[in-house]
Amino acid sequence: MTQTIIDTANHIAGYAAKAAKVKVVAAYPITPQTTVVEKIADFVESGEMQAEYIRVESEHSAMVACIGAAAAGVRTFTATSAHGLALMHEALHWASGSRLPIVMTVSNRAMGAPWSIWPDFSDSLSQRDTGWLQFYCADNQEVFDTVIQAYKLCESEQVFLPAMVCLEGFILSHTYMPVKIPDQEKIDDFLPPYKGGWILDTNNPLSHSNLVTPEWYMEFRYMIQEAMEKAKQLIPQIDREYEELFGFEHGGLVEKYKCDDADLILLTMGTMGSEAKIAVDNLRREGQKVGSARVRVFRPFPVEEIWKLAENAQMFATIDRHISFGMEGFLATEIKASIFNRKDRPLIAGFLAGLGGRDVTFETIGKIAKKSLKWMRDGKVEKETEWVNLRG
Amino acid sequence: MHNIPKTRREMPPTPISYPTVGSMGKTGSWRTFRPEVDYSKCTKCTLCWIYCPDSAIARQEDDSPKIDYDYCKGCGICANECPAKAITMKREEE
Repeated sequence: MTQTIIDTANHIAGYAAKAAKVKVVAAYPITPQTTVVEKIADFVESGEMQAEYIRVESEHSAMVACIGAAAAGVRTFTATSAHGLALMHEALHWASGSRLPIVMTVSNRAMGAPWSIWPDFSDSLSQRDTGWLQFYCADNQEVFDTVIQAYKLCESEQVFLPAMVCLEGFILSHTYMPVKIPDQEKIDDFLPPYKGGWILDTNNPLSHSNLVTPEWYMEFRYMIQEAMEKAKQLIPQIDREYEELFGFEHGGLVEKYKCDDADLILLTMGTMGSEAKIAVDNLRREGQKVGSARVRVFRPFPVEEIWKLAENAQMFATIDRHISFGMEGFLATEIKASIFNRKDRPLIAGFLAGLGGRDVTFETIGKIAKKSLKWMRDGKVEKETEWVNLRG
Repeated sequence: MHNIPKTRREMPPTPISYPTVGSMGKTGSWRTFRPEVDYSKCTKCTLCWIYCPDSAIARQEDDSPKIDYDYCKGCGICANECPAKAITMKREEE
């Protein structure tokens, strides 16, 4: 029977790991992720979850322990934030290159220095090129559903890649919301036990991810790209299948809201997408044709979906809770790159907001939209990158 | 023996290697010093077998070591680790 619980996104991530029947969890605590692994430790201790819980001395060790466990053919989970994720960086490449479907929740937190514990996407977006899939969630229900969906997707033999399920620290990680947890038997049907593409087996010993000469390396890279493209096709399918079974869907690759007739589309990630919907409703009441498109999956990047949005819109405004120093926010860069070769493409204005946890409310987004509408009517983007609510 | 793929379609998703004996040839020829076991001193503790980085020491039925000179590169770790000083390193030409 479906059960409704009220809990934080971090605890919900723990519930999702339990529901996915994860067999090995290796993790190191870091704010704001800590309560994810605390919840799992409780489940393992009480016997509600039959898993090996490996306490390690660092996030690098957590990731390599997950790599070893996944290579032995079991479903693995870990969670981290910010500097913990940065410390994993080298091992992240080994996980994807070895084609191991590890799922990790990232409770997004700003990178120091200066020291900060508040939300910002600079931790996970810095891992953009590691070969991990990246999902960005807007509420606690989506966190639960995405962890389950991520295992289904990543364990598909057409994909065999690891995934990060990102949720903004505090805004989601420590905020209580009602979440529906589906019946375990139905989850088991949706998510059968993991079968690896190759597994470590003492009866048939092998070693993996060994040295390859230049003669072979490019093909292995190509196969990861191919798997990413395949994942792009599978994500909307899995989201629909999940909706049929459990009643929730989250928009597949991009959650679109009132985009069909929109002149201006606000492009966001994470919880800013929820605020953007309220901003859209307010602007619509004033007669402005505005829509919201929340990019739910950042890797693989939903290029074709962005093309479709570009067909009718005159203006795009991207909002990044992150900056790539010396350039702009990654979402702005990716959106521009996606549509550069399209005919009659919209203008694009890049906005930076909410860095280091500064609130991005529907009012903030309303202001961004009004500035964008003005630039749209003028036919000219005045500033390539606009810092929102920056001190003068 | 596993076949080397010719096309991308035949490739595994990540390189997989299966153990084979001596794919680099008989590496014992690289040796300058050879380990020699004095079985009268050996206590059969198996430390040399555990430490050998090339698995060039076999553990015999009575737990005493047998060095495989075809693959022993003469690193001397076994002699260094042997608590009974039952292994000595001797110059190859001696």
